[in-house]
Amino acid sequence: MSAGAPSRARSIGLLALRRLAFAIPVLLVVAVAVFLLGAASPFDPVYQYYGVQIFGAGAEDVARARAQLGLDDSVFVQFGRWAGTLLSGDLGASRSFRQPVAEVIAERLPWTLLLVTTGLLLAVLIALVLGVFAAWRQGGWLDRVVTATGHALEGIPPFVLGLVAVAVFTLGLGWLPGGGLTDAGAEATVGQVATHLVLPAVVLGVSQSPWLILHIRQSLLTVLAEDHVTGARARGLGEPMVVLRHALPTALLPFVTLLGARVPELVTGAVLVEEVFSWPGVAGAVVKSALAVDFPLLVALSLLATAAVLIGSLLADVAAALLDPRVATDG
Amino acid sequence: MKRRQVALLLPTMIASVAVAAACTTPTAAPDRKAGTDRTAMTLADGYEPESLNPLLGYGEEGVSKLFDGLVEHQADRSVRPVLAADLPKPGPDGRSWTVKLRTGIKFHDGTPFTAEDVVATYRAVLDPAYASTVKSSFGMLTGVVQLDQETVRFDLAYPYTPFAHKLVLGIVPSEALAQPGPLDKNPFGAKPVGTGPYRLEEWRKGEKMVLAANDAYFERVPKVRKVTVVFATDDNARAQRMKAGEFDGTALPPALAKTFEGNGYRQITHRSADYRTVTMPMANPVTADKSLRLALNHAVDRQGMINAFLAGKGAPASTPIPQALPEFVEPAAQFRFDRPEAERILDQTGWVKGGNGMRARGDLAASFTLMYPVGDAVRKDLAQAFASDAKAVGIEVKLEGLGWEAIEPRMGRDALVLGGGNPFDPDLKAYPLLHSSFGGDGFNNPGRYSNPAVDRALEAGRREADPAQRVAQYREFQRAYAADPGMVFLAFLDHTYVVREGWTGYQEVVDPHTHGLTWGPWWNLQDWTPQG
Repeated sequence: MSAGAPSRARSIGLLALRRLAFAIPVLLVVAVAVFLLGAASPFDPVYQYYGVQIFGAGAEDVARARAQLGLDDSVFVQFGRWAGTLLSGDLGASRSFRQPVAEVIAERLPWTLLLVTTGLLLAVLIALVLGVFAAWRQGGWLDRVVTATGHALEGIPPFVLGLVAVAVFTLGLGWLPGGGLTDAGAEATVGQVATHLVLPAVVLGVSQSPWLILHIRQSLLTVLAEDHVTGARARGLGEPMVVLRHALPTALLPFVTLLGARVPELVTGAVLVEEVFSWPGVAGAVVKSALAVDFPLLVALSLLATAAVLIGSLLADVAAALLDPRVATDG
Repeated sequence: MKRRQVALLLPTMIASVAVAAACTTPTAAPDRKAGTDRTAMTLADGYEPESLNPLLGYGEEGVSKLFDGLVEHQADRSVRPVLAADLPKPGPDGRSWTVKLRTGIKFHDGTPFTAEDVVATYRAVLDPAYASTVKSSFGMLTGVVQLDQETVRFDLAYPYTPFAHKLVLGIVPSEALAQPGPLDKNPFGAKPVGTGPYRLEEWRKGEKMVLAANDAYFERVPKVRKVTVVFATDDNARAQRMKAGEFDGTALPPALAKTFEGNGYRQITHRSADYRTVTMPMANPVTADKSLRLALNHAVDRQGMINAFLAGKGAPASTPIPQALPEFVEPAAQFRFDRPEAERILDQTGWVKGGNGMRARGDLAASFTLMYPVGDAVRKDLAQAFASDAKAVGIEVKLEGLGWEAIEPRMGRDALVLGGGNPFDPDLKAYPLLHSSFGGDGFNNPGRYSNPAVDRALEAGRREADPAQRVAQYREFQRAYAADPGMVFLAFLDHTYVVREGWTGYQEVVDPHTHGLTWGPWWNLQDWTPQG
């Protein structure tokens, strides 16, 4: 074991390097694909530039503005121009926010991270508690409710969940604010943000939890039937000890991989939840930039989402490799 | 199994939503959360500006809060000097205007306002390199020169009497325009620096904007010290949050605004120059027919539409000249709702009724397509009412709700519900809408209406300096138009607002066709005073 450790670390390092090298062509393909989709879209970016002024604008002036904005150039020229500025470290300017892309992301990314992290933690927490109890008392009423609700929730998109939550907790009970980062006109204090975070984070967490709950339950059930657990029970150890110390660690390993694989769902979930709750994050900006054919921002956000997915799966694999020496590092 | 559980869950969810909806009873004007501090005000707006750069259209009609123009509009539609020391003076040939500037005024960042800023602002409007979106409305302007430290001269391509109304454009500091290039890349749009009564404190895009009183304002320091504008697109959501006491004022459709009567709220209705009209493209053989257009103008029940869809908040429109410009309105150019008259015109001009009640002339069926922008409920209602009124006299109107990108290429052949309006001078809207030189030029005169008598009167009106003569020209324009109407104007929309009681200083005004907080009851917010 001690002799094998350095080579194990090295092979994990190699895994990370291989994945990162692979990420470059993937990101490039995503960037080109978004540009091509944008070019095929029926929305004309010059409308976005003009806003309501388009109704009074002369055709000649609009044509001149198009030329100034470089909208008449072919999509490849536009892509080349964007890639050129990107290489010089500039993400370009967002037309729909009328701000540099870097600024849009810097302003909004922290709020998305806050929402997504809180949501994910909640999902994991819910999954661990409910999954463990459901597996422990398999066939009991809690197991039946959790399994049924879990399957049902899998089929409900997060925005439906969000609208129901607003209807119940904001409009019905009046307990929690239904949107925004703070109350109208209030400063973004910790208390303000926290109360506004509750609904979107819970909705995001609950919408992500069913896969995790059902997964934990299933793998725990498998492990509980294994020999070492039967052995532990035979030795007369208490049930909590058996489930939490002997069975759960083994069951958690595939769970870590699943978490990594769920990142794309988390990204989509964040887009929908941010849109429903007018949460000022990057995910909500995706919709606006897509409608405006705002190339620079749209590409930057797509790359960000792609990178999140790639990093998520890499982290999950590294974690799995670290936790279990038997896991191969696909080299 | 999965599907069955979803099916079970859905009714439960719907039921809980219904219960939740039933629980929300409107509360009577709860007091402000922030106590009784009326030096701060929170407004809700359904429309968020894309940019705060005047050269990209922010506060195009003046009243931008952040910027001042050389002049500004007053409640009686006249202009008053602001950054100018006196009213702009036209040269003897009417082709140049000289403006004397005030001195000692500072921008929000402390830099002094000078003639260079005025020159830089207007040159950037004209210079295609900046791609200013208001350029087209300065078609008469050829250049601007600085005569001395406090005087500038505007040179025009032709005499243009209402030119002073163009000088409401907010003045941008020259430093912000040093670098030519499309203005969307200019950070100034998000961090504006003006001379206006308020300065921008914070703008969280998609959420809210905070304005703070400019303590160095040269005219009168605003008594409402802090204005928060919250952006909420949905009318119902805005009404809900207003009821919950979150806002001090907002714009709402008439039916929703009515629910706020009393209880510490005030419902305010502004007349507007904001018309809705149905364009009649000349390239379409049906709508190109003068008699058919005339008949349609008699066939539509304008007041009926206003009562049914605008809760009575509006005025019938026959021409682009609103009642807000009373001296210019020609009484002889107003169409009455007269269905028999419409039928008589059609019968006499060869539009024969077929067996199904629909008309045709020879092989040409009296049928055309009417487009409206999807998502605009008012335009959709008006389009449907128009189609049903047209059907009553035997003309078929096929409706299509489309996005603007789909509407634009078809405007030359298919009819469209169009909106616009400007209450300050008849030239500002009527000329680009109906003069033949603007035919097919972007969204101006999309139907390519061309009428030499209308052209002549509009041309004379913008060049005429004598007020009485101008009135005569615009009345002549309306008579010429009504004899051969190029569109079917339907209504001028009133704008309705709800405002919490507690301030004095509100002054009634006529709104242009504009969005956002700049107009509406708060157009003169810097003059409002907290009560008690």
